[in-house]
Amino acid sequence: MKSSVIIFPGSNCDRDMDVALKKFGFKNQMVWHNDDEIPKSDLIVLPGGFSYGDYLRCGSIAGKSKIIKSVIDFANSGGLVLGICNGFQILTETGLLPGILQQNKYLNFICKNVFVKIKNKENKFFKDIKKEVLELHIAHNEGNYFCSNDELKSIEDNDQIAVTYCDQKGNDDEENNPNGALKNIAGVFSKNKNILGMMPHPERMIDQYLSGEDGSLFFENLIGSF
Amino acid sequence: MIEVNEKIAIEHGLKKDEYKKICDLLKRTPNITELGVFSAMWNEHCSYKSSKRHLKKLHTKGKQVIQGPGENAGVVDIDDNDAIVFKIESHNHPSFIEPYQGAATGVGGIMRDVFTMGARPIANLNSIHFGSPDHEKTRNLLRGVVKGIGGYGNCIGVPTIAGQTCFDESYNGNILVNAMTLGLVNKNKIFYSKAAGVNKPVIYVGSKTGRDGIHGASMASAIFDDKIEEKKPTVQVGDPFTEKLLLEACLELMAGKSIISIQDMGAAGLTSSSIEMASKGDLGIEIDLTKVPCREENMTPYEIMLSESQERMLIVLEEGKEKEAKKIFDKWNLDFAVIGKTTDSRNIELFFKNEKVAEIPIDFLAENAPMYDRKWIKSELPKKNSFSKDQFKSLKLGECLNKILQDPNISDKEWIWSQYDHTVMGDTIQRPGGDAGVVRVHGTNKAVAAAVDSSATYCNAHPLTGGKQVVCESWRNMISVGAKPIAITNCLNFGNPEKEKNMGEFVECVEGISEASKYLNYPVVSGNVSFYNETKDKGIKPTPSIGGIGLLANYKKMITMELKNNGNYLFVIGKTEGHLDQSVFARNILSKFEGPPPEVNLFNEKQNGLITLKLINNNLIETCHDVSLGGILTALSKMSIKGNKGINIFPINGLVNKFQYFFGEDQGRYIIEIKQENLENVEKILKNDSIHFDKLGLIEGNEISYGNDLKISIDDIKQGYKKWLSEYMVN
Repeated sequence: MKSSVIIFPGSNCDRDMDVALKKFGFKNQMVWHNDDEIPKSDLIVLPGGFSYGDYLRCGSIAGKSKIIKSVIDFANSGGLVLGICNGFQILTETGLLPGILQQNKYLNFICKNVFVKIKNKENKFFKDIKKEVLELHIAHNEGNYFCSNDELKSIEDNDQIAVTYCDQKGNDDEENNPNGALKNIAGVFSKNKNILGMMPHPERMIDQYLSGEDGSLFFENLIGSF
Repeated sequence: MIEVNEKIAIEHGLKKDEYKKICDLLKRTPNITELGVFSAMWNEHCSYKSSKRHLKKLHTKGKQVIQGPGENAGVVDIDDNDAIVFKIESHNHPSFIEPYQGAATGVGGIMRDVFTMGARPIANLNSIHFGSPDHEKTRNLLRGVVKGIGGYGNCIGVPTIAGQTCFDESYNGNILVNAMTLGLVNKNKIFYSKAAGVNKPVIYVGSKTGRDGIHGASMASAIFDDKIEEKKPTVQVGDPFTEKLLLEACLELMAGKSIISIQDMGAAGLTSSSIEMASKGDLGIEIDLTKVPCREENMTPYEIMLSESQERMLIVLEEGKEKEAKKIFDKWNLDFAVIGKTTDSRNIELFFKNEKVAEIPIDFLAENAPMYDRKWIKSELPKKNSFSKDQFKSLKLGECLNKILQDPNISDKEWIWSQYDHTVMGDTIQRPGGDAGVVRVHGTNKAVAAAVDSSATYCNAHPLTGGKQVVCESWRNMISVGAKPIAITNCLNFGNPEKEKNMGEFVECVEGISEASKYLNYPVVSGNVSFYNETKDKGIKPTPSIGGIGLLANYKKMITMELKNNGNYLFVIGKTEGHLDQSVFARNILSKFEGPPPEVNLFNEKQNGLITLKLINNNLIETCHDVSLGGILTALSKMSIKGNKGINIFPINGLVNKFQYFFGEDQGRYIIEIKQENLENVEKILKNDSIHFDKLGLIEGNEISYGNDLKISIDDIKQGYKKWLSEYMVN
């Protein structure tokens, strides 16, 4: 399976993602933001980082970048697209995913392990994961998901909520909401479930020495879903 | 053009006789640009004029040392052609004036020092000191500094893996922000700042030059007064995104063979970087300031030379490689300009709009810079307090413990480090909150441990002992995670060197550092000095920060401090004599502030450390934590809280009372956790080497208990330990 990781000049989780994809069997290639097109891929990943510095609004410039047109075309033709952290922010900027990501509720950057509950397994990203709750890792300043009431109704009706913040037992209530995200939303799908954006980093939880392996379950499922 | 005279020279921070020396050397009056250059090179921050003669006494050698002090950063060998480039640097003065930008650019500056040498930064650390929590400025300064450190490091994508935070009223008017970076480099591909060859193109890359930070280095060499707010414009403004571009572009260029020398523009900007490269290469340098990319209009030669705009580098290239190099910087959207060339004149010659605007022999600026042998006084070792039984009579162990765990200098600092990305790059195997941060050397079995320590209270009580102690503490932190200590970097934060007491503190701390690092083969390979941490005649406590690094040949042998399993035993290695003077207990519970710091016995320190490392390497122990501030009971509590397990502490025997035993801050001690099956073996090894140890207790239940004297649940102590800082920050 071929994957492509897009590198924006301020991406900083590109290598981590490359390591993770290769570890679980993807033939991964890195694609520079100024390239005209993306090589033939089964999966495109927008990694975490600060794409173009994010001084304006996270992901806003990346959402208008040269390479992004190819990403949009690929996604619209049903290709699998994954955006992690800044990648999620970029996907909302392009309109490929609904909603926006605001600054965290307590206005601080948060770096810590969190639990997320898988809300929908009828898609390639989560279908064969045996667990209901995964321990992943967040590291962001703007991960506070928000959308209008109409949008919320629409994403709920379409089962587009992918993962929600919760505790070890899966309680996705306010007490277990690290950043103020609406309905504890940590990740959402596109309508067709071929695009996933989420704030937690599965690529940081891929071996026991990095204090967690639930990220491995995510990638194992992903490579297995093709 | 401004006429230069003595008054103007003094406004530039020069002393009367220094100005006279300039005129004598030049045999004429300098023009304003030249005066600016002299003032930038001759201030304390750049010239080390008060400290140089003492820094020579530091122990800087060892088999592991590839590059000692004197370069952008130190370099040590970690086998297999890998080397670690690392350094710590202060950004104290700017951080007090503008905490966010001051701290952010401190992080940016130290990272540039490291990648200038060809290394990719793999970890950041910091040591930050603030005034009393009750002081009106402390909360905002802390918030700003933490945001600044995070804002810069998080954006670049280098994990912040460890740090240290202290509160003490001596920092009310002068906070300390010391930033440290480690980078990984192939030991055959290290880049140095020494230029070589005549007529080689001098290249400017990175951000454009603006008016920010002019005279930053002079500001960092001055004491503060009431008008400190007016100095805000001398604080640089950071742009981490540009630094990320600069990092990637430089590493890309370094992969080729076109660079002769490279130097980041840090303190005193273009002035110090150009002069340093030429001086080290015994060359001259010619710069056309008209070609320097400027952000603002009508900048004068004076302003261009003294700007401390961030994210800029100066490179001496091989001839004919300009095009190839420019292509890389174009790709990363960075400025690239050929601004001059190396010459054989041994002068710095500056041109602006086709006119020569300055010409100074490089020697005058570097070798002939003033050197002072400042007067200093020796500190006497204070007399020991004798504590009477009555003083302990009404005290309860549990109450004392709770109070100590909520002491600002002991309590949990998660509020701080959770704002730093500590896991990016995917190799952080020990996160902040332990004895040291540990990152793997990417793609290998090796890992590097790093920690920063300072002990201003001990240094203040007796600088010589304090200097030794802080090196030992750093060494213990390496051992405690299973790393072999390799080398240190020191950031020497002191008051006004023109005062004999402050100068004495500096001299004796350096002596202590030197003695301990020599004995432990833990050499100093880089560092910086920050003097004049003084406001309105009140200086800080002497605060040398020691950044240590250690190597784990096999990262799977790394060890952590949280208790692992019920039924395992706890030992304390090292002798407990119950030294309470200068301890947290003495200050916080007994309100005793006098007395000597705990004695440092280097022989025991080394023996105890090496044996602990041996136990770890032989897989004989499950957990290790060194005993430091707050003594044994504080250490045990932290281990309990992190591992969520209780301890049944065995009765102590010996001559000291329980408060002295549990809260004394004797040095050279480690608490270790041992499985039943390994007990015999561990005891044998310790006895064979005549290492003193006490059997401390058994892991069980969810309480810490000591006979009838102490019974306290983990949840209770956890609450106090965890809440102090977060509650302080929201109030």
